Amino acid sequence: MAIKDYIRERFFPHIWCPGCGHGMVLNGLLRAIEKIGLDKNEIVMVSGIGCSARISGYVDFHTMHTIHGRALAFATGIKMSRPELKLIVPMGDGDALAIGGNHFIHAARRNMDMTAIVINNRVYGMTGGQFSPLSGYGTMSTTSPYSNIDHAFDVVELSVAAGASFVGRTTTYHAQQMADILGQAIIHKGFSVVEIMSQCPTYFGRKNRLGSAIDMLEHFKENTTPIGSKAKQKNPDLIERGIFVQKKIPEYCDEYKKIIERAVKD
Amino acid sequence: MDEPKLKEHVINRDWCKGCGICVHFCPKKVLELDDGDKAFAKRPEDCICCKLCEFMCPDLAIEIISSRGTARRAPTKGLL
Ligand SMILES: Cc1ncc(C[n+]2csc(CCOP(=O)(O)OP(=O)(O)O)c2C)c(N)n1
Ligand code: SF4
Ligand code: SF4
Ligand code: SF4
Ligand SMILES: [Mg+2]
Repeated sequence: MAIKDYIRERFFPHIWCPGCGHGMVLNGLLRAIEKIGLDKNEIVMVSGIGCSARISGYVDFHTMHTIHGRALAFATGIKMSRPELKLIVPMGDGDALAIGGNHFIHAARRNMDMTAIVINNRVYGMTGGQFSPLSGYGTMSTTSPYSNIDHAFDVVELSVAAGASFVGRTTTYHAQQMADILGQAIIHKGFSVVEIMSQCPTYFGRKNRLGSAIDMLEHFKENTTPIGSKAKQKNPDLIERGIFVQKKIPEYCDEYKKIIERAVKD
Repeated sequence: MDEPKLKEHVINRDWCKGCGICVHFCPKKVLELDDGDKAFAKRPEDCICCKLCEFMCPDLAIEIISSRGTARRAPTKGLL
């Protein structure tokens, strides 16, 4: 199957700005799914609101475009009723960790089998470039014109602490690694989080004088490193990429099924 | 294994937004933007069919058709 078989071509060209990382995430995700060989009818994509959330309109799976911050809650309902389906939940940094932060940590804690993708462009792209909980100290945005004094979450540390059984991070520049980690996250039985550092040239790039989408991609290349590399020891500011956690713990729907069986026996 | 041989760069001009990502990251400098800011293969004979352009395009606008269906590994080490 070619990746074009997984999209709704009638809605292209998509709405994202030239060079927006969201399209690169779509590209990598389709390749990952093609490689695993999933049938489109086995997949449900649930998204909330944001530029990133528009992704669910472009894929030819079962899709739901829901409300801001609540994609994981809708996905939880779907998975509980149809546990045989593969749930993929792409979210923006604001969607996942500002308004949706509470859903996020509790979904991670429950370990329900689904793949949460945090497309982290460090800004509210859709609403005009406000800072998000991922923008970080010292960044500029339309709502921090004198520089941001909020510190950022580390998506990986947060996900590990909340109990996610698969946690990975990559960037849009690392196209092969992105498809590889997404594939492994989808196959993993349990709650998977993949943070993809992504570029919003229109707001985060412009406000922080980071140049074009190409410059931002070069920046991801230069400022990240594989987990445990020598480069990281020399330069602790480098952000690590790779799979941080991959462990087998009881999955929520399996456990729930056992509870039903016990209750029916009584 | 045989080296893949390029048959064609298929570029969808309606989808390409001229971001220049494929032009910049192509290891062989095969691609350029034309006057209408659409990507085209200026030096197709230099293409090594690594498919990096295809993997990176945010608009799914470029596809490499080669004699072998599978892509050769991208030569850029940092990508892996
Ligand atoms: C309940 C609710 N509150 C606020 C909004 C306004 N809103 C829409 S998208 C968005 C944030 C988008 O940022 P992010 O999730 O990072 O996605 P991006 O656009 O950057 O991809 C906000 C605050 C909304 N749609 N619904
Ligand atoms: S505003 Fe930013 S996030 Fe939204 S489509 Fe444009 S580049 Fe992408
Ligand atoms: S990467 Fe895609 S959208 Fe950007 S210039 Fe190349 S073909 Fe066009
Ligand atoms: S396949 Fe590789 S060498 Fe050929 S045009 Fe694309 S990026 Fe350049
Ligand atoms: Mg965002």
